[in-house]
Amino acid sequence: MKKRLMQFVTCTTILGMAMVAGAAGISTDVVKIGVLTDMSGVYSAIGGKGSVTAAKMAIADFGGKVLGKPIKLISADHQNKADIASTKAREWADTDHVDMITGLLNSGCALAVQKIGTEKKVISIATGAGSTTLTNEHCSPYGIHYVYDTYALPKVAGGAIVDTGGKSWFFLTADYAFGHSLEKNTAAFVKAHGGKVLGQVRHPLATSDFSSYLLQAQASGAKVIGLANAGGDFINAVKQAREFGIVQGGQTIAGMLVFLSDVKSLGLDVAQGMNFATSFYWDRNEASRKWSKRYFAKTGSMPTMNQAGVYSAVTTYLKAIKKAGTDNPDAVMKTMRGMKINDFFSINGHLRADGSMVHDMFLVEVKKPSESKAPWDLLKVIKQVPGDEAFMSLAEGSCSMVKK
Amino acid sequence: MHLSYQVVLAQLMLGLNIGAFYAILSLGLAVIFGLLNIINFAHGALYMLGAFVALLGYNELGPLLGMPDFHMNYWTALLVAPLVVGSLGVLIEKTMLRRLYKVDHLYGLLLTFGLALILQGVFTNYFNVSGISYNGKPEILRGAVNLKFMMFPTYRLWSIAISLAVCFATWFVIERTKLGSYLRAGTENPSLVQAFGINVPLMITLTYGFGVGMAAFAGVVAAPIYSVSPIMGSELIITVFAVVVIGGMGSIMGSICTGLSLGMLEGLTKVIYPPAANTVIFFMMILVLLVKPEGLFGKEQ
Repeated sequence: MKKRLMQFVTCTTILGMAMVAGAAGISTDVVKIGVLTDMSGVYSAIGGKGSVTAAKMAIADFGGKVLGKPIKLISADHQNKADIASTKAREWADTDHVDMITGLLNSGCALAVQKIGTEKKVISIATGAGSTTLTNEHCSPYGIHYVYDTYALPKVAGGAIVDTGGKSWFFLTADYAFGHSLEKNTAAFVKAHGGKVLGQVRHPLATSDFSSYLLQAQASGAKVIGLANAGGDFINAVKQAREFGIVQGGQTIAGMLVFLSDVKSLGLDVAQGMNFATSFYWDRNEASRKWSKRYFAKTGSMPTMNQAGVYSAVTTYLKAIKKAGTDNPDAVMKTMRGMKINDFFSINGHLRADGSMVHDMFLVEVKKPSESKAPWDLLKVIKQVPGDEAFMSLAEGSCSMVKK
Repeated sequence: MHLSYQVVLAQLMLGLNIGAFYAILSLGLAVIFGLLNIINFAHGALYMLGAFVALLGYNELGPLLGMPDFHMNYWTALLVAPLVVGSLGVLIEKTMLRRLYKVDHLYGLLLTFGLALILQGVFTNYFNVSGISYNGKPEILRGAVNLKFMMFPTYRLWSIAISLAVCFATWFVIERTKLGSYLRAGTENPSLVQAFGINVPLMITLTYGFGVGMAAFAGVVAAPIYSVSPIMGSELIITVFAVVVIGGMGSIMGSICTGLSLGMLEGLTKVIYPPAANTVIFFMMILVLLVKPEGLFGKEQ
């Protein structure tokens, strides 16, 4: 009897110790972070190699180690194709034992990776995707939506533009899920602020000539031409609006998703006076300037909100591991949900149950050429919008993990 | 969308603008195919290269030469870009394409496709793809002209005019001059023409150089309208190939006329049913190939 009892005690002790070892510490003795982004396509200037550099900086600044174990980075190009993104994510999860995947520049890729993350218990932190479905219909216990979404952007910019007199709108919309959702949300805020929508035209993705669409927008007589598109489409539309004298004719161009790289590409001559929403601007305060200048020294350009967001996401993730004492995804997610996320990127940030990282957003205006004192002195911050005001409330959302 | 005659006229003008680019690019392709039998997939990349010569000449040449205020102006670029890219074309023809004339078309296509990918990859690596503004638009071409039914940017009017002029000059040289008749004869029966004391290989080299030079020319003309980006050619090339096929492979007049008319058709589609604007040309291609497989202006083989 005594022998049996001893056996039982030893067994449970060993088992217990094994379980503790499993729960605490770092699995596979290394923390692996994967940056999956667009390295060569239409959105590569927004994220791309810059995001990889930002992630490297975050790891180096953290000391290269967490809980005494090394942190490793791998990266790949998802080519803006959801199938490639999911194949890569699966491979990373199965054979490379990646613990966290970040980057994810478009909603299709982000949704695919988040789905695999749910299945394989790999945390995904989307920094460049827009769609609110990531935190609504398709929300996941391991999915985080970090930088902005198609609700917060128009909420901050759309309302402000209506309030300053832009009462009637006409939309130029990229004809796919992202554009549609951006248009729909913007229209809702415009109406909520007492404005009206006169019409819209949907253009194919990656259109080089916008003149026809712009003339239709001009003919509508709308005060504001809302651009529910991004990247190259946005740039071309703005340039050509100027060419056709649309801005000089008194109509305003409002971009719903604008990146610093877009403004740089357009030049202040063309972009001056535009208002848009952003979650980050490098020249906002001492901390953002300090980090951005280090980033600039490595890449030759100032960071977009996605690139800064990748740094912040990686750092937050590593801090959570340190605090939790383990890289177990459930424990890390739980720790992150309890953390305040305040750094040069995220102001008053906190991670919600639906995966949305809620933080303050900014309404900015593009400077006039005469106001700009340096090559990257492009924007001025007009208004800081508290995160809880900018982002969709949990009550409005439709995430099944949130109890109502 | 309410369709008044003003809207239709305006869209036709814009379509003519796109069509002029289609025409000049497909013309270069047609000349190269007609005379060399090479399906030049590098055409789009060389068009992009032309735009970059203009851009870099404007932005970077001065600092490179130690004169920060120097900009290679637009007019110079219109001459320099075709020359630079044309020379590159000559080099490509002499070192690579020349070896492929005796084998199937497919090899030329694969080689030029590979070249296009390399060029595009190199430029993507250095310049990214979001597009860079070209600021060298001459003062005289700024502003807009009142066409009664719309305000049309002066530069676009100029781009239509110059593209058409180049297209018709090319057509004239090839179809109506002695030089053109040598060219056409040289491709039909090189040994016979050579027997008359004409240097056929040189003629062919220069033809390729000329064809890609035209692509570069179009690139410079396009630079002030569209952002200069490494993918600007690859976006256009498939459409331009469709134009060539509809017009009839190798037909000079076919390229010009189909280029212009399909540009206008695309313009109209943009007001009537925008989602089809990118595909309407391919619908046309299917339709034409079903009814007239050799293309609208093509000769039956």
